[in-house]
Amino acid sequence: MVIIYEIFMENLSAFMAAMVVTLKLTVVSLVLAMFIGLLIAFLKISGNRLLYSIAQLYITVIRGTPLIVQLMFLYFGIIELVILPAFWAGSLALAIHAGAYIAEIFRGTIQSIDRGQMEAARSLGMSYSLAMRRIIMPQAFKRAIPPLGNQFIIGLKDSSLVAYLGVPEIYGTALYAQAENFNPFQTYLVAGFYYLVLVIIFTFLVNKLERKLNVEENEVKSK
Amino acid sequence: MIKIKGLNKSFGALHVLKDVNISVGKSNVVVLIGASGSGKSTLLRCINFLEIKDSGDVILMGKHVDPQKDDLNKIRQNVGMVFQHFNLFPHKTVLENIVEAPIYVKGISRKEAEETAIMLLEKVGLSDKAYVYPVQLSGGQKQRVAIARALAMSPQIMLFDEPTSALDPELVGEVLQVMKDLARDGMTMVVVTHEMGFAKEVADRVIYMDEGRIVEEGVPQQIFHAPQHVRTHAFLSQVLA
Repeated sequence: MVIIYEIFMENLSAFMAAMVVTLKLTVVSLVLAMFIGLLIAFLKISGNRLLYSIAQLYITVIRGTPLIVQLMFLYFGIIELVILPAFWAGSLALAIHAGAYIAEIFRGTIQSIDRGQMEAARSLGMSYSLAMRRIIMPQAFKRAIPPLGNQFIIGLKDSSLVAYLGVPEIYGTALYAQAENFNPFQTYLVAGFYYLVLVIIFTFLVNKLERKLNVEENEVKSK
Repeated sequence: MIKIKGLNKSFGALHVLKDVNISVGKSNVVVLIGASGSGKSTLLRCINFLEIKDSGDVILMGKHVDPQKDDLNKIRQNVGMVFQHFNLFPHKTVLENIVEAPIYVKGISRKEAEETAIMLLEKVGLSDKAYVYPVQLSGGQKQRVAIARALAMSPQIMLFDEPTSALDPELVGEVLQVMKDLARDGMTMVVVTHEMGFAKEVADRVIYMDEGRIVEEGVPQQIFHAPQHVRTHAFLSQVLA
């Protein structure tokens, strides 16, 4: 116990800084992943065979290979073309990875919206894209929040692999610390603690958002 | 207002509409009756091109509509539709449901659209519900909002696809009343319904369909009291029994 406390205190400032890096990696990669996911989802439901195949290929390849392989492949692949800081290479790889899963979340929730919604919108003279934007997507987004929250938690933890590109996030910081203090067990325990705290905070926020959106529609809207 | 000639429509191997001809004049109320699967809903949906015909002609307000060339969004603005399951937008309040299309499709100012919406809500007897979400409304109230939403685009034709079939019996009357008012105001209406009382009272003409064909059509008096065709007679004796 004492050693754990000592390691915790010794590395407090390093882990605090690392936590910020982890959060940045997570937020940047997941924002990018949302755009990728949305794009791929629309390709899949476009009704165009070629676009569908492109989206399906993307999803198959990304879901079919390990993240660490994608990370290394992309990092050393990109370095051949442009010099990209490890943080951005890592964010991009995480985004490409999560994007495949988020695409399936969006596709599923868009297709789960009752057909009658699109028909009602079209019967009022709305174009397909206007109906998508104003009627279908707001409902699909709401329905996507629980699975997206889940994907975000996975993304947060997946960001630990970026340590292997030399990014000083939580896991990377633990790697260095345990090499110096020769207490791997306690050091990784501390690292795990930071992830757990972040995930708990994040889960709380997602639940709150979900509740807020549910409550809204059960109340009279104030003018 | 509506002229349909030689309309055919199939879903895969299923031939749903077979050489259908109808004609609906201005301010006419035409009621389509028939067993489920007889093609009446599909016929209705062909009028606003939610289903695209395989062959035949659809002529709306004197204009021959070609679904490949014409802007269907423009045409649909003139043809309101009310659905069996209401299809209100659950993420929008009653008022937002009604002003959505006038603002985003027609480009009317929000202020003007809201004034119209409130007037329409008064007309359907729901002015106190403007700021609630659809989930808080009863089925009958939802359907009346759906009617107001369709009317907000000031359509020249209104289509009703079994508007009371999903309602509890005690809520049917309030929706039919709104439809009767609308008919009295001179709206051109095509109504698919099982409410024979409504057909008798409001319809100018009743069309009986069976297996994708129009079997018989005429004034309510004739259809209900002196049907010419055995199948019409058999259907009516079943539903009126």
